[in-house]
Amino acid sequence: MEASATSVTTGGRSALERSPAGRLPDRVLKWGLSGLAALILILIVYFFIRLIGQSGHVFSTYGLNFVFGNDWDVSRSIYHGGALLFGTIVTSIIALIIGVPVAVASAVFINELCPRRMRGPLSILVDLLAAVPSVVYGLWGVFVLAPRLLPAEKWFASTFSFIPWIGGGTPQLYNYFIAGLILAIMILPIVSAISREVIATVPSEHKEAALALGATRWEMIRMAVLPYSRPGITGGAMLGMGRAIGETIAVVLVIGSAPKIGSHLFAQGYTLAAVIANEFGEATGIHTSALFAAGLVLFVLTLIVNIIARWFISRGSHGTRGTGATGMTISSGPAES
Amino acid sequence: MSISAATLPQISARRRRTDKVMRGLLLSGTIIALIPLILIIYYLIHKGISAWTSSGFFSTDPTGSFFGSPGGIRSAIIGSLLIVALASLISIPIGIGVALYLTEYGKDGWFANTVRYFVDVMTGVPSIMFGLFIYIVLVIGKFGGSGFAAWKGAVAISLLMLPIIIRSSEVVLLLVPSSLREAALALGAPRWRVVFKVVLPTAAPGLVTGTLLAIARGMGETAPLLFTVSTAFGLTFNLNQQMNTMPFLIYNDITSPRAALQTIAWGAALTLVVIVLILNLAARLIASRSR
Repeated sequence: MEASATSVTTGGRSALERSPAGRLPDRVLKWGLSGLAALILILIVYFFIRLIGQSGHVFSTYGLNFVFGNDWDVSRSIYHGGALLFGTIVTSIIALIIGVPVAVASAVFINELCPRRMRGPLSILVDLLAAVPSVVYGLWGVFVLAPRLLPAEKWFASTFSFIPWIGGGTPQLYNYFIAGLILAIMILPIVSAISREVIATVPSEHKEAALALGATRWEMIRMAVLPYSRPGITGGAMLGMGRAIGETIAVVLVIGSAPKIGSHLFAQGYTLAAVIANEFGEATGIHTSALFAAGLVLFVLTLIVNIIARWFISRGSHGTRGTGATGMTISSGPAES
Repeated sequence: MSISAATLPQISARRRRTDKVMRGLLLSGTIIALIPLILIIYYLIHKGISAWTSSGFFSTDPTGSFFGSPGGIRSAIIGSLLIVALASLISIPIGIGVALYLTEYGKDGWFANTVRYFVDVMTGVPSIMFGLFIYIVLVIGKFGGSGFAAWKGAVAISLLMLPIIIRSSEVVLLLVPSSLREAALALGAPRWRVVFKVVLPTAAPGLVTGTLLAIARGMGETAPLLFTVSTAFGLTFNLNQQMNTMPFLIYNDITSPRAALQTIAWGAALTLVVIVLILNLAARLIASRSR
């Protein structure tokens, strides 16, 4: 297509003279590209419809009990997935509690406190965490993190046994906490990248004004930087939560695969994504349908969390269209200038 | 300091202490954020190197037999490369095409904004959902004559790579100065030639960066492969068959009780991370040199 056209590179035909046939490639390009864009929309809508179709059987059998009931037993062919939803939410909340403070602290430090020439290398190092494949996190979790942390978990559970749900029980090798901790590490780069982007948009007038009034560095961060970037950071945390909810392979390896609501933080559990990965291979009939339904619940859950996240981020970008901030961490790294 | 102390009111000891403590906390947060990366890389090298140095690790296929030599990871490396290559062939033209639509034609119209929103939604969709989707559409009906097939996994991976390519390409295409486009148009070039001769060449380094990052991401994904490609032991180039891949091999070997296979998992993980990190660093290098 390009080769055949090179003959007219410098042929000074003006746009006014162009024949209808000469405009054809333009039309083709425009409608072709629009078609590709439309394809994306059609794919997503089609997927949603097919997914509902596949899981309809389960929802007509169990109704909302599928989402909130607590009894998942393949041998008795009963599929109430409340424990899965519980595990998904608990592990993501643990991930947020551990991951977000660390991510935001690193973002503030990199943007406001560290020497300028350290900024780039430090950002890249944090971003590299996002490059590690999730199966590698799983591998590390199974053979290093879970066995090494077990003694500490036992000490913690017996020392703080008076706190309901946190302490008291006997820690298992694979449990909610380990899964949440791995998720915290996995969401750290995206939360940190978005926080860095948002903090970079704080007007220097605000910061200078705070400093001129005699604020210390920390007071400047607390009174000028953090309030201004709060919506964006909240959005970043929500995006991280969306990631945590949908993460499959790392979680399935360290969650313990027990389809019941765990009685304490260090008990074995299950998540929506993990049950699909684990049981889909052997599933038949209504079991397959139940796993599709679990997929549907997961899909809707991530959708809601992501939509809320986008809303926060667009509110936090103060009018500018933050293409970078709404992208994902790995692409936002090199794209920001 | 002594001058300002003479003219300005003294900062109280309590405030100065809070400042020090909080700065220290922020610094330690950054250090904590870096510890997992260091630990993971340490263990990968520590445990993976012994697999690398065992004979035939890169040149033989996994045997699959419970006794005797577990074999190497050749078929997994080649399978991963084939599947990601096919996924790239699908997702790069479509991804850059959609990005071109957004920047050159759609701009801020309602349709372009809808597409943008849906692409954002796609970035949030868990990767296992793409596997389920391809399972529903292509695997159940034995589309193409076989149930699980490498090309179906490639389609699932391409769906995962698409939003990454679209988003990063759009950012880069927006950076192409509109004066360049206007100059070409004013010289009488038709729109499509402006796109192919001016916009794309100008944005090329950035497009390569985004694409490499997407490839790195697609390379390490396991979940979309579970119900689309499944796995195999031997080496095959037939894309209509089940195929071995590195993430799947690692996933399988982790759950194996056999120590030799666990060692293979570490070796394969080290290989995978090295490939992914090279892709990432190459992407960043290209991005920083083109600036």
